[in-house]
Amino acid sequence: MTAEGTRQEDGSGGGVLLDVRELKVEFRTRDGVAHAVNGVNYRVSAGETLAVLGESGSGKSVTAQAVLGILDTPPGHVTGGEILFHGRDLLRMGAEERRRIRGTRLAMIFQDALSALNPVLSVGTQLGEMFEVHRGMSRKEARGCAAELMDRVRIPAARSRVGDYPHQFSGGMRQRIMIAMALALGPDLIIADEPTTALDVTVQAQVMDLLAELRREYAMGLVLITHDLGVVADVADRIAVMYAGRIVETAPVHDLYRAPAHPYTRGLLDSIPRLDQKGRELYAIKGLPPSLTAIPPGCPFHPRCPKAQDVCRTDRPPLYDVAPGRASACHFWEETISERGDRR
Amino acid sequence: MGRYVIRRLLQMVPVFVGATFLIFVMVYALGDPVAALSGDRAPDPATAAQIRRELHLDQPLWQQYLHYMGQIFTGNFGTTFDGQQVLDKMGTAFPVTLRLTAVAVVAEIVVGVTLGVLGGLRRGRLLDSGVLVLTLIVVSVPTFVSGYVLQYLLGVKWAWVSPAVALGAPLDELLLPGCVLALVSLAYVTRLTRTSIAENARADYVRTAVAKGLPRRRIVVRHLLRNSLIPVVTFIGADIGTLMGGAVVTERIFNVHGVGYELYQGIVRQNSPTVVGFVTVLVIVFLLANLIVDLLYAVLDPRIRYA
Ligand SMILES: Nc1ncnc2c1ncn2[C@@H]1O[C@H](COP(=O)(O)OP(=O)(O)O)[C@@H](O)[C@H]1O
Ligand code: SF4
Ligand SMILES: [Mg+2]
Repeated sequence: MTAEGTRQEDGSGGGVLLDVRELKVEFRTRDGVAHAVNGVNYRVSAGETLAVLGESGSGKSVTAQAVLGILDTPPGHVTGGEILFHGRDLLRMGAEERRRIRGTRLAMIFQDALSALNPVLSVGTQLGEMFEVHRGMSRKEARGCAAELMDRVRIPAARSRVGDYPHQFSGGMRQRIMIAMALALGPDLIIADEPTTALDVTVQAQVMDLLAELRREYAMGLVLITHDLGVVADVADRIAVMYAGRIVETAPVHDLYRAPAHPYTRGLLDSIPRLDQKGRELYAIKGLPPSLTAIPPGCPFHPRCPKAQDVCRTDRPPLYDVAPGRASACHFWEETISERGDRR
Repeated sequence: MGRYVIRRLLQMVPVFVGATFLIFVMVYALGDPVAALSGDRAPDPATAAQIRRELHLDQPLWQQYLHYMGQIFTGNFGTTFDGQQVLDKMGTAFPVTLRLTAVAVVAEIVVGVTLGVLGGLRRGRLLDSGVLVLTLIVVSVPTFVSGYVLQYLLGVKWAWVSPAVALGAPLDELLLPGCVLALVSLAYVTRLTRTSIAENARADYVRTAVAKGLPRRRIVVRHLLRNSLIPVVTFIGADIGTLMGGAVVTERIFNVHGVGYELYQGIVRQNSPTVVGFVTVLVIVFLLANLIVDLLYAVLDPRIRYA
């Protein structure tokens, strides 16, 4: 992990799969321009799992959509930055070349499998068309591969269910099919956008375990988008915390849990229910996320930050290097990181 | 599925009885067939009474109705007052109207669906706005106006087509009447298709298809169209019944001797057996068309299962 962290530092590629640099996305709507993504930076190396964490509306999905090239345009527009995949900028690629990368080397798992799967086509057809389109297989061969994939994600009696339609599966099974679809052609990187949020609590862990296991097996990079710190700890190598369309902290997962370097991260950690503090009132970050049409000047978090000083209201903190592989966008990261022990 | 069909067929019985009884009552209560039969001369009372007896007109209405229905189910639609078999009239009129309806449906599919798909894919662009305005105009102009105007322009002034349809109603002469008949539905099909395409284009499963790296053509045809056309297909199916019964105006304008024409004549001449007979068949067509549409729906959308 540390080795990987240093390898990234030179920025020369090496194992870096995906390098998002200063990405900016805005939505031009009737109510004004929503600045959904305002200069996001993150990197994922081969075989690494990066968790992207943040409240709802912080721009996690939009960033992922921009990477995949599936932004709703209009109203969404990429207005700046680079998205380097294997060192090449996806934003400067021709549409056809980009299409060929999608699904084959870069795949996505969506949150709600029921709406993300086509209701009128059998799952076998939907899985199989990956092989038909990208590998030129016949429909029959593709069907066979689809059944194999379904077996791979442990759908019981897979072979007899290839002809079934999405609505005939349970939520967990449907999400397994989504996972199978992303895995189909053995991509280098999968972006999973809240893959378990829509599921029953009882199956969330099963699906997450399956995803983690398959990721290891296929040695893929994984960007795991979530707003739930609970699922991250066991799965992720590093975490990037997003707030109002920016990364405010990135760190190896255990460092971040041990000593967050940003008050927002601290707030998120404090709002996880903890067994040893049962009975105590659950902490919640005060206030609401800012409107993306009017992001506060200075540090965007200052209206909600318990540590905010005058400087926070005027100067936007850059992403300070805190340690190798760690960064924080807080003027007072040093104080924050050294606060330990009792969290409120 | 089989049980569903049987249940639906059974449910049709009361609807059928209700609809036909209503038309029966209206036709026989509103007109005096004997007077209609005798023309201008008032018939002498003895003859009138005899005719009434022969036609069962002296019985209570419900008995007449039962008698009539009993005959229909043996394939006897009765005789018109001027001595023609109603069944014979149907034999010539229905094929003509069927052909006219077929032309109309093909026009709806070819023109309506195509314009709708193009508009839906290019929402807000020039073509889309143009088509929208056009459909609005078409919907707001009554069929008899657009019918006469098109007949005059295409049939008389420029003489591209024959302004009236010959007795046998050959298919090529039915082109213009078929399009006129289709016009309002066609505008509706266009709008329905456009809305459906535009809605589905934003659906998550389309985004998934893009994320899978499928070529645009495949996304549109295999994913977008397949879903978007479900409501359109069912609308067109249900429209077949409406078109067949609604051809009265069009058939009069172009002198097509079909169902609408016969119905019109039957009403004007107070020819009750013709009117009741034709309406009865139309009711059956209507009910069956609706059943077929429902079954079609289940075929197109696997989420719908009838049990
Ligand atoms: N299709 C869209 N049209 C307009 N605005 C959008 C659209 N998608 C996202 N946004 C804007 O981007 C913001 C961030 O969205 P998103 O990335 O989905 O948040 P999350 O972090 O919960 O995934 C939303 O709050 C919204 O203002
Ligand atoms: S910069 Fe200031 S307002 Fe922003 S997080 Fe740090 S302390 Fe809080
Ligand atoms: Mg999201």
